Amino acid sequence: MRDVAIVAFAQTDHVRSSEALSEVEMLMPVLHDVLGRTGLRTGDIGFTCSGSSDYLAGRAFSFTMALDGVGAWPPIAESHVEMDGAWALYEAWVELLTGEADTALVYSYGKSSPGSVRDVLTRQLDPYYLAPLWPDSVALAALQAQALIDAGETDEQALAAIAARSRTDAEDNPHAQLRGPRPQGDYVVRPLRTGDCPPVGDGAAAVVLAAGDRARELCERPAWIRGMDHRIEPHALGVRDLTDSPSARLAAERAGAFERPVDTAELHAPFTSQEVVLRRALRLGDSVRVNASGGALAANPVMAAGLVRIGEAAAAVHRGASHRALAHATSGPCLQQNLVAVLEGEPHVR
Amino acid sequence: MSATPASEVNPAPEVLRAPLVVEFPFTRSLGPVQSAFLTGLRERTVLGVRTTGGRVLVPPVEYDPETAEEIRDLVEVGAAGTVTTWAWNPEPRRGQPLATPFAWVLVRLDGTDTPLLHALDAPGPDAVRTGMRVRVRWAAERAGAITDIACFEPYEDHDEGDPAPAAPGTEERIATGPRSHSGEFEDPVAGIVAPARLDYTYTPGRAQARFIDALAERRTTGERCPSCRKVYVPPRGACPTCGIATSEQVEVGPRGTVTTFCIVNIKAKNLDIEVPYVYAHIALDGAGLALHGRIGGIPYDQVRMGLRVEPVWTEGGRHPDHYRPSGEPDADYDTYKELL
Repeated sequence: MRDVAIVAFAQTDHVRSSEALSEVEMLMPVLHDVLGRTGLRTGDIGFTCSGSSDYLAGRAFSFTMALDGVGAWPPIAESHVEMDGAWALYEAWVELLTGEADTALVYSYGKSSPGSVRDVLTRQLDPYYLAPLWPDSVALAALQAQALIDAGETDEQALAAIAARSRTDAEDNPHAQLRGPRPQGDYVVRPLRTGDCPPVGDGAAAVVLAAGDRARELCERPAWIRGMDHRIEPHALGVRDLTDSPSARLAAERAGAFERPVDTAELHAPFTSQEVVLRRALRLGDSVRVNASGGALAANPVMAAGLVRIGEAAAAVHRGASHRALAHATSGPCLQQNLVAVLEGEPHVR
Repeated sequence: MSATPASEVNPAPEVLRAPLVVEFPFTRSLGPVQSAFLTGLRERTVLGVRTTGGRVLVPPVEYDPETAEEIRDLVEVGAAGTVTTWAWNPEPRRGQPLATPFAWVLVRLDGTDTPLLHALDAPGPDAVRTGMRVRVRWAAERAGAITDIACFEPYEDHDEGDPAPAAPGTEERIATGPRSHSGEFEDPVAGIVAPARLDYTYTPGRAQARFIDALAERRTTGERCPSCRKVYVPPRGACPTCGIATSEQVEVGPRGTVTTFCIVNIKAKNLDIEVPYVYAHIALDGAGLALHGRIGGIPYDQVRMGLRVEPVWTEGGRHPDHYRPSGEPDADYDTYKELL
């Protein structure tokens, strides 16, 4: 199997509203940034894959317009997933593992500001039994949070501490939307308060992947992908144990996360209570630096926030701040689907 | 036929915005288990499905979530149950089951192993707790949908499984345990219509805003790629060939050349244009690609490639209503062959 690494990462400043910009106008500077870090041009890239959802901004086929920012002429090898960019990265990683390409550009973007993302996300639910009730994303996360409180896994004070830690850490992240602690505020849907919920905002992110020696040429300290896997749980909420995440655990196991300890983790936990679930499922001890970027509680551009987690973990490896990092992305209600990647900085030893 | 550089691009003075409603009535067919469950709700009967492992799932599914086996073993379960988790919703949103503050609940109905998501009508969060007993409040009018359960309501009985009186004004039997059920009802529902409406505020972005602002002055503008020099009309902010921002606003037209066309013979819904009419690609003078528009002021069977046209604006219109012959001689093929 070939070795594949993340060699560059770029993201926008994540903001409440990018209303002056179209999606491609928001995305294009990030594409230029990430390519600029490697010296590559679009024509040098072997495979391009993106993630986004037209439902967010209500624009049909917006990903085809976003492709205008890539410069897809002469025709490029390209794919798109209606998912977070973390899953686009997974597809690109597989493409590179097969040897079909040596480099890949992965990007994703989300503009939540034109619509109401709480309502938009109800449209991903079971259309027969759930969607007609319009249970919004905060409501479903709150049901999970209450289940955790009932099980004695957390309490409101512990959740508030997660919120405060995340946004304090985000003070050092120039791209974050919420930098510095915020009051916990009122209940949005009890037991979750404003502070337990992610900010709503717009943003984009991009990474470049490269295989083998190409990665070493493009990056001083590539973030080698040692393993990556994604798993999903049943869609019916009642069938799941909401206090646990067997899918995250299994993905981590198959990605090799439990073979050796990690020093850094970037978890895609849009709600404070979900960090509680993930820390346990992923067996992250107190010695692991979790969400130094501030995580999704500091910036949650839907469809890009998972890719940002992988990018932040890779960037920590690039700058020598991490030797072995775990990156996680989620999709669906109450952590329904989970992706785990393990990144390492040292030369590969078989 | 040369483009006139109008100005270096300036930021739009203010963000244009317009409401955008995306609305679909999704029509969905039902599988046999879903049909029995939703028809049962219409008849105030709650059905679950038993897996091969013996668990009873409500709401019932067609395939076992653990083994993926097809499951069809229907059972009738209680209309009362126990809250397994809850969340107080102080501000109900459009489409949700109740308009006044309520609790979202997962309710494990008596005789089942998996809880169902719905709303609980309660006076306040202090009246709600995990483990509390609740029962179905049926909707007055039922059609075979999950909303036939209007919501749940608090319900004081003894222990789970005890025989319980029916809710006031209803006659349903609250079952003590799952009994086999044929799933057969008269006039079963075969599908649901699920209306979905999402509201957005559309903003066009910088390049399209500049285009729209110019149209308001009855000028058509494009934007030039600084690399390949192509002028895009209408502009979208990026040159799709080079992948860079278009940087220079260029006024094009107003006249142009028909590069290709088709004759429309089918009248579109809600469109007040007599058929047949001609819809054409028009390369405005100075533009690097053709835009499309309707051709009027000439019999449809006389429109041809190379025809020179000019825009016709109507009072209050924010874009040309259509294009008509300008009276110039036809353009030479070589002048527009790259724009086909």
